[in-house]
Amino acid sequence: MSDETSVLEQTNAAPESESPTGQAQRRTMTLNMGPQHPSTHGVLRIVLELDGEMIERAEPDIGFLHTGIEKQCETRTWQQVVPLTDRVDYLANLSNNLAYCLAVEKLLQIEIPARAQWLRVMLTELTRLNSHALWLGTSAMDIGAMSMFFYCFRERENILRLFEMFSGQRMMTSYFRVGGVALEPPRGGLQAVRKFIDSLPERIDMFENLLTGNPIWVKRTTGVGVMPVETLLNLGVTGPMIRASGIPWDIRKSEPYSSYEKFDFNVPTKTEGDVFARYLVRVAEMRESVKIVKQALDGIPEGPFQADVQGVVLPDREKMKTQMEALIYHFKIVTEGFKAPVGSVYQAVEAPRGELGYYVVSDGSTRPYRVFMRTPSFGNLIALAPMLEGTPIADSIASLGSLDFVLGDTDR
Amino acid sequence: MTTEEIQQAFASIPGAVLGTVVERGETILEIAPAAIVAVLRELESKQGFERLSGITCVDWYPVEPRFEIVYLLHSIRHNRRLRLKCVVPGTDPQIDSAFEIYRAADWYEREVFDLFGVKFRNHPNLKRILMPDDWEGHPLRKDFPVHGYKYSYQNE
Repeated sequence: MSDETSVLEQTNAAPESESPTGQAQRRTMTLNMGPQHPSTHGVLRIVLELDGEMIERAEPDIGFLHTGIEKQCETRTWQQVVPLTDRVDYLANLSNNLAYCLAVEKLLQIEIPARAQWLRVMLTELTRLNSHALWLGTSAMDIGAMSMFFYCFRERENILRLFEMFSGQRMMTSYFRVGGVALEPPRGGLQAVRKFIDSLPERIDMFENLLTGNPIWVKRTTGVGVMPVETLLNLGVTGPMIRASGIPWDIRKSEPYSSYEKFDFNVPTKTEGDVFARYLVRVAEMRESVKIVKQALDGIPEGPFQADVQGVVLPDREKMKTQMEALIYHFKIVTEGFKAPVGSVYQAVEAPRGELGYYVVSDGSTRPYRVFMRTPSFGNLIALAPMLEGTPIADSIASLGSLDFVLGDTDR
Repeated sequence: MTTEEIQQAFASIPGAVLGTVVERGETILEIAPAAIVAVLRELESKQGFERLSGITCVDWYPVEPRFEIVYLLHSIRHNRRLRLKCVVPGTDPQIDSAFEIYRAADWYEREVFDLFGVKFRNHPNLKRILMPDDWEGHPLRKDFPVHGYKYSYQNE
């Protein structure tokens, strides 16, 4: 491949040219799958070296969505960081909130009441449904099954309406706070969730009817994007991609958090490791999420929605209006923020895309000293280049879709 | 990992483990920077830590040594996590790359280089990953302002 000649000269030149030693040289074409592209799920640039339609080399170029969230976290108080975390993985907002809140609660070593924990589980599973529905719709659309997009986004609309009911916001909910949940669920909120979740199993059946037995889908996705699972683990891949390659690793089961150990659900696993297996795993995960939400609705305990920790969690509004200490604590928490003890904490959760971990360092002040977000999309994208090499471009779109990355998650 | 396991594991690499802290259920080892590759090799091959979750850095400016590089390790088969910390000085910060042991280190080390300026020796492709290629400065350092400098781009 020559850098000096333009792409046009290369393609117009003879397919093989003689070098001084008399050996034929093959030329590859450099194609930019640029940051603006409907199928790269965000602003991802991949520089492809093509030999005809086969990808010889792929080099991803990320950083187009880098907004310095980690740096901004250092300038805000612990509670003020929560809305920033929403925007990291903007398609599974509550997962990020959960990971950050759990990390800070681990740092502070406070206990969250059961009602808040169950609410967190319920809403996090709704987020998983949300994210998987979006993934299904967009990656099916990329491969050509346009109707899937509309089917999946109808479910997404319903879930976003539920989020709006709970928190006032469709996407950037910031509903989980350090110490519990922001607000008590609204009147009729849990009934609305139940009505939605009762309708969901047949909707997921509809999704599967369109794709699972569809010969075009099966042909496009079986055997595509297979890599040995040890290589995937070594490359930093986590989440449904590992479960589709045979290892039943799910952080909700192995390192349970927020009372997930009280819920009964399976971890769907497949062994083939191709795009079709990843699709089946994610759809099965949607069904498991429905089970978990139903259990949460059936068993949600009564009680406070926030931990009763003075100096960290805002006091009850009525108490603040009548009691002096409550007023002083309210004032201090809102203006200064609470102080966290010195130390560092790593808390991982099972986000829809994989292992989402927050490494939080505190120097004893009211603001985080360092917040590192170990995001699943960053880890999954490292496997992109090895997965694409040696495959045709059409398969690369299927593999890209199955990686399920979000650029906000990758670049932060 | 218990203290005995740690001592046994690193008996062949004397002087590697400078300190052990167990807090909030997490084990954190402080490792001498020169021994980091040997320690990671031991952990990956013999102690069952198949996964590197991430590599990051904390800038303790103006305290010297300034950069604390943190390795987050995870073992699926033993279901445990481990954290390693290496402190490198602020002037010409360098450490060996973990790429040969964990290929995930590729992008995480590029990110630490990009945002903090720590160089990783023997890294196959150490260039900026998140910031534009011609950016000057290392944004996550404590002496880099949050709003940036106006003229960090060459052509501005």
